[in-house]
Amino acid sequence: MMPKKIIDAEGIERILRRIAHEISERNQGTRNLALVGIPTGGVHLAHRLARIIKEMEGNQVKTGELDTTLYRDDLPLKGPIFRLKRTDIPFDLNDHRVILIDDVLQTGRTIRAALDAITDLGRPKNIQLAVLIDRGGRELPIQADYTGKLVTPTGSEEIEVRLRETDGMDEVIVQEKKPGEKPILTR
Amino acid sequence: MPRLIRGGRIVDPSSGRDGIFDLLIQDGKIARIEPRIASLPPDTETIEAAEHLVVPGLIDIHTHLREPGYEYKETILSGSRAAAAGGFTGVACMANTDPPNDNHSVTEFIRERAREAGLINVYPVGAVSKELKGESLAEIGAMVDSGIVAVSDDGHPVMNSGLMRTALEYTQIFGIPVISHCEDLGLSRGGQVNEGLASLRTGLAGIPAEAEVSMVARDLLLARLTGGKLHLAHISTARAVEAIRAAKAQGLQVTAETAPHYFTLTEEAVLSFNTGAKVNPPLRSAADREAVQNGLRDGTIDCIASDHAPHSTVEKDLEFSQASSGIVGLETTLSLTLKLVQQGIIPLARAIALLSVNPARVLNLKKGTLAIGADADITIINPNREFVVNPDKFFSLSRNTIFAGLQLKGKAVITLTRGEIIFRE
Amino acid sequence: MTLKSRHLLGLENLTRAEIEYFLDTAGSLKEISSRDIKKVPTLRGKTVINLFFEASTRTRTSFEIAAKRLSADTINISASTSSVTKGETLIDTAKNIEAMRPDLVVIRHPASGAPELLSRWVDLPIINAGDGTHEHPTQGLLDLFTVREKRGKIDGLTLAIIGDITHSRVARSDIYGFQKMGARVRVCGPPTLIPPGIESLGVQKFHRLEPALEGADVVMVLRIQLERQGTPPFPTLREYSKLFGINLERLRRLKPDTLIMHPGPINRGVEISPEAAYGSHSVILDQVENGVAVRMAVLYLLSGRSVDA
Repeated sequence: MMPKKIIDAEGIERILRRIAHEISERNQGTRNLALVGIPTGGVHLAHRLARIIKEMEGNQVKTGELDTTLYRDDLPLKGPIFRLKRTDIPFDLNDHRVILIDDVLQTGRTIRAALDAITDLGRPKNIQLAVLIDRGGRELPIQADYTGKLVTPTGSEEIEVRLRETDGMDEVIVQEKKPGEKPILTR
Repeated sequence: MPRLIRGGRIVDPSSGRDGIFDLLIQDGKIARIEPRIASLPPDTETIEAAEHLVVPGLIDIHTHLREPGYEYKETILSGSRAAAAGGFTGVACMANTDPPNDNHSVTEFIRERAREAGLINVYPVGAVSKELKGESLAEIGAMVDSGIVAVSDDGHPVMNSGLMRTALEYTQIFGIPVISHCEDLGLSRGGQVNEGLASLRTGLAGIPAEAEVSMVARDLLLARLTGGKLHLAHISTARAVEAIRAAKAQGLQVTAETAPHYFTLTEEAVLSFNTGAKVNPPLRSAADREAVQNGLRDGTIDCIASDHAPHSTVEKDLEFSQASSGIVGLETTLSLTLKLVQQGIIPLARAIALLSVNPARVLNLKKGTLAIGADADITIINPNREFVVNPDKFFSLSRNTIFAGLQLKGKAVITLTRGEIIFRE
Repeated sequence: MTLKSRHLLGLENLTRAEIEYFLDTAGSLKEISSRDIKKVPTLRGKTVINLFFEASTRTRTSFEIAAKRLSADTINISASTSSVTKGETLIDTAKNIEAMRPDLVVIRHPASGAPELLSRWVDLPIINAGDGTHEHPTQGLLDLFTVREKRGKIDGLTLAIIGDITHSRVARSDIYGFQKMGARVRVCGPPTLIPPGIESLGVQKFHRLEPALEGADVVMVLRIQLERQGTPPFPTLREYSKLFGINLERLRRLKPDTLIMHPGPINRGVEISPEAAYGSHSVILDQVENGVAVRMAVLYLLSGRSVDA
């Protein structure tokens, strides 16, 4: 199967605008809101949402990034095979409502790790979750508060989110899994 | 029983003989050497030696047999077996046992144990000084009467130049050599490895070449002063070779030995902190190794000695600085020497001379020769036999060799003393 | 990224990419130490043995804090080497520890090469926390980390190491580490404390302080041992201080952005004056702080089983 584009650049922009509206509506404005992205895709999406909210409401919401690697539940099994990324929350979490942002939600394990990581850093008023793609396949009781698009690929397919900050273009594609390819570092 | 060694290539540096001959042994002596011996005495056993080398029984001028005192490392019996397996029919054993061989009763003990073992000739080396302390002369005359062939405090240098002078003078009564362990402790004390690449990279304290060279120079001066018989042990450095060469050119009666590790290895071997490569003097630079090889080639160095120094794992499986120095060598020395021949560094006849007639001459032994009438101490070598050094198969009680796993070619397959087979592979 | 060895025995055998991997990982982990809750669950259930055969409050504490911030259990064993013949050998000690199934062993030992020995006898990752006068790789890494943090790069900088080079494991690790990362290295001290042939490592040798400091971006001041066996390498500490001590007067001649480092503990007024140790050039306390992050990175990266992907 050829890779199939399911969302283009405009589509991504529309989704982000809708999510920004939903966030504002659900929280009755954007005061004391913090957008915390999960590297790497989630961080770029957090900055884009912050920009959209600034345009919409004139309010600069805080952004941060949260690396969940050290909290992964497969570390004892697999060891340090994932290169660490950055955690940078340059504000006091205790005063904020936190929107966690990730590009793809699948098993929920990353979000579980993110919740632990956040808890170690402070006690936000509440924590919500926004994702660009929900591709099903949950292994934990975790659901997104804001979902860009629900996609249900077959077992042999995978979703890839490409963002211009890292890939030079905005698109979401569905393609056959490449055999043997794993996103890991070896030692 | 008469024995005929048939059709081997006889290499006897003492006479210059090199060719295919039959060799007949009768009454423990070499009776005849002829191109073809047809008329044999009754009951002659024939040893087929075609494609083999037949050489004078090898003599190791520098061995540590560890008995008395360290029988867990080696005994005179186990050391004799290791020697026989390595092609040696005689070894000179150093005095640094416990108690040391600094009096005639220890000498007699060693001789008695060697007789009991009944394999090879064991030539005890007496101590220069009482208790190897370097302070006053041991009773050398009494030890000579009991059978020592040389004196040496080996393991320790004789730091006191006055005592060294006295030893070189006094031993002239007996005509035996003083074997000098050349190391200036003021320069080497605490040192673990060669000063240079090895000390730089490992951080271990270095022993400069000058620790050896300065003592070689001192001993050469004292030999000239006294006219004494000086033999320099385990030479490892280029400048020591140079000093000996110059002294010999001026006619000084001096002899010298080196050991296989100094012409085979360099200090690179200790960079991984392998205690198997810890020896004293330490493994030196590539330039030193080349100079030692040149010294063997041009006759500056007279003998190859094993410096067989058995240690158990108790002394070796330790931090590098805590580990004892030394490697076992009786069962690898011949093969490593033949490697020099295979590499074209020295001719075969010189290799055999370095291991037989030359050490015999240094020690005034009527050995190291295949002359008619001489004791039938003979080593038969298969020069094409390939093998991998496997310490688990050693006859020595100790296994401490850096050469484990090395592929070598050429090995003693039969060793005879006084016409009797003491080792047969 | 693949680390060739499961041990950290020295910087001599690491590649530049491997060093950068350690430094980048330390960069990610440093933030944890500034949290209110200074702990992540990463090494939960792992046991780290700190096997110290030599007194060292600083390094041992740093390793212990690093392990605890990653949630590992730590056991400190202070052993004496004074009775080698009477007591247990290093190998026996290590085999016994191995039998208790720890996950990592950190070793500090007065004998050069002791960690190598351990790595041959024990089936565990071994981290060298300083061996004799050989190497001190985590110190080398934290020095690199601190310089990279303060100056943004290491490539093209000039490091001057001042003091007893011969007996310094820090000097060896720094020479290897800084050279691999693209810095030029100078060493300076009395000829009695500089090993013969040091130039073969690619460093420049100085016996006077002024030219060694000229244009230097980083000055690593080594601790001078007060007591040493044998012939003293210089007449008196006072004379050493006069010739090689870093003081206020000498600080004035440095470039404004030159960093002063010291592996600690310092001998005040001998190799460095208090003004220099705590002045504007000094990053000595940053080194200590970064030591924790670097050791966290080392523990983290060496904690896993090797995975073939």
